[in-house]
Amino acid sequence: MPKFESIKQLEKYRGKLLSSRKPPQVLVCGGPGCLPMGSEEVAAAFKSQMKKRGLKGKVVLKESGCQGMCAKAVKLMLRPQEITYQHITAEDVPLIVEETLMNGRIVDKFCYQEPDGAIKAHKSKVPFYQGQLPIVLSRMDLIDPGSLDDYLAAGGYQAVQKVFGGMKPDEVIDAMERSGLRGRGGGGFPTGRKWRLCREVPGEVKYIICNGDEGDPGAFMDRAVMEGDPHAVLEGMIIGGFAIGANQGFIYVRHEYPLAVKRLNQAIEQVRKVGLLGANILGSGFGFDIKISKGAGAFVCGEETALIASMEGQIGEPHPRPPYPAVEGLWGKPTVINNVETWANVAAIMNNGPEWYAGIGTENSKGTKVFSLVGAVNNTGLVEVPMGTTLKQMVFELGGGIRGGGEFKAVQTGGPSGGCIPKQFLDLPVDYDSLQSVGSIMGSGGMIVMDEHSCMVDVARYFMSFLHDESCGKCTPCREGTGQLLEILTAITKGEGRPEHLPLMEELCATMRDASLCGLGQSAVNPVLSTIKYFRKEYEAHINQKKCPALVCRALLKYTVDPETCTGCLACVRECPANAIHGEAAEPQDIDQELCVKCGMCQAVCKFDAVKVES
Amino acid sequence: MTNQQKLDKILTRYEGGSADLIPVLQDIQDEFHYLPKDELKVVAGRLAVPLTQVYSVATFFKMFSLEPKGKHQIRVCLGTACHLRGGQRLVEAVARRLEVQPGRTTADLQFSLETVGCLGSCAQAPLMMVDDKYFGRMAVDKVAKVLKPLKK
Repeated sequence: MPKFESIKQLEKYRGKLLSSRKPPQVLVCGGPGCLPMGSEEVAAAFKSQMKKRGLKGKVVLKESGCQGMCAKAVKLMLRPQEITYQHITAEDVPLIVEETLMNGRIVDKFCYQEPDGAIKAHKSKVPFYQGQLPIVLSRMDLIDPGSLDDYLAAGGYQAVQKVFGGMKPDEVIDAMERSGLRGRGGGGFPTGRKWRLCREVPGEVKYIICNGDEGDPGAFMDRAVMEGDPHAVLEGMIIGGFAIGANQGFIYVRHEYPLAVKRLNQAIEQVRKVGLLGANILGSGFGFDIKISKGAGAFVCGEETALIASMEGQIGEPHPRPPYPAVEGLWGKPTVINNVETWANVAAIMNNGPEWYAGIGTENSKGTKVFSLVGAVNNTGLVEVPMGTTLKQMVFELGGGIRGGGEFKAVQTGGPSGGCIPKQFLDLPVDYDSLQSVGSIMGSGGMIVMDEHSCMVDVARYFMSFLHDESCGKCTPCREGTGQLLEILTAITKGEGRPEHLPLMEELCATMRDASLCGLGQSAVNPVLSTIKYFRKEYEAHINQKKCPALVCRALLKYTVDPETCTGCLACVRECPANAIHGEAAEPQDIDQELCVKCGMCQAVCKFDAVKVES
Repeated sequence: MTNQQKLDKILTRYEGGSADLIPVLQDIQDEFHYLPKDELKVVAGRLAVPLTQVYSVATFFKMFSLEPKGKHQIRVCLGTACHLRGGQRLVEAVARRLEVQPGRTTADLQFSLETVGCLGSCAQAPLMMVDDKYFGRMAVDKVAKVLKPLKK
């Protein structure tokens, strides 16, 4: 690949790519959902089968980013027909090569099937994809994330061309402001305004940072984007650097995401080589470079001032704001920090215009949002929908309803800083303001669906345990507050709760919300307050009747073996850590209640559904 | 290569300021699987940061360990989706099979067991990782099969 010294050279190269012959493609999903289900083995099987059948060079094999419907891993996309296959294992590959690649026939058993039995082979016919509007995820099942050619052929770096082809920095910022894009990390601060603030601060040296420290448990949007379309992030940052007047950018990625680090490094090397990073980009006179900074494992570093502290070699403790990083950030210099998804939206806004973007979404929340839709839904996965899509659409249309035909109970948004939203708000259009109005937050896009098997007191205790562990300890309200809340919540789940605990927690939450230094402590109260508000009856069942209706809180459970169904296979006996299960082989077993630690291992391994639990 | 040589090799990759502290410690952690005390003293000297700052950073962040880690890193995810789908039970099953508590390393330095806030494959909960390999949709009765190839 040549080094591009002008926009013309880049355009000419792109023209050459687009005019070259395009053979059919097999894209094996290598996203966060398919990787743990054996996508590498599937890709290897395709490679050897295609060689064996003489398809090498006639069909192109690629590993793509996340294709979205993780529940159906491993996923395949066959182009140009846009056929999507699901639940593929290495053993299925010879049949797919024979039938679909060689003979052009669709194999029904690999296609999505509607509840009424209808077969949907093409992506455009699958309900999971029909309700979506992919902008950030638009190239996920189209390109090989390791290929710059693929990104260029899909229109990549056209926004850089447009900006460097005659736009002034102020015009870029203007466009960002008019687009209405707000920070996708969860804060929701208008991106254009942040850029303008930073641009207007006097100073020669400025920085931009991409926040890829995705720490919310239950969320993997940014991981999928960094791994599946790394150039989109770089392109946004180059434009941001130009607009703000920064010559150096950083991407802060958590160390738990090694593949994201690898793909980003690879992408940076590629664009350095062709001159899209470095001095005098495309002959514009503007120079810009990007470095990767790896996180070291601290949730609080998602907070921007803590992130900056850790980049400077300090522990990740937040600082009071103001001064905001846009005024005084990394090494005291004006710094713009935006989240991965925010950066990945920039090029699309430049290409299609701010009015196009502002035409999507609701009055105060423009564009689309990527969510990781997980938990108790049938179609778990990554989705991108216009702002304003209702929770009901997300859970029941895209998500395909509750797994196992169960009852919807709540949806948790915003990670540990968010809240649990109950059934009566299913018609709520999802945007920044509406989520806040019901006591949760948008957050970075985690959306965890819960059914009747989730205990809301346990959920609150889980988040508080996470937050207490991750609190940096600098300010007292957060450090001590999370500890006290955890102690009370733990007592309630053990059946040691008292009626006065509920008002006590509410009082404690009010103090933490007002007095904590950073967002971690201020919003740590949301999981507690939202569950008390909407699921008070569950708290009362734990406190007054010493019962856990969802059958989750161990101390309140009783496990027994049903002698009618037990076959005496002894699987439970082998798994029981307390040696509490006794009986002869091939005879019904009995659980010694004195010894039982109520871990539920016996129930988890019983193949005959003979272990019963009650509260 | 001696420890000193390994450390020198790491330090030559950096310019030598306090901003390099975390990247240097990350490289040492990757190379040695923990942060040896003597090496930390050298780092403090070469980067011109107080040893107290090195210690505070080394103990603040989760990826650093002041004790030697095992040959195999077993990480069980306790993210929200995994928690709801039996992650805690999975940790207990792994701990029982390896005879080691979460956060600790086996006496023969073969296995370190850790719990993680989120591994980012939430759609396949519950999830665990053995070194660099992910195992999705885990269950208590699959644990033995996952660990078997590692046990000699």
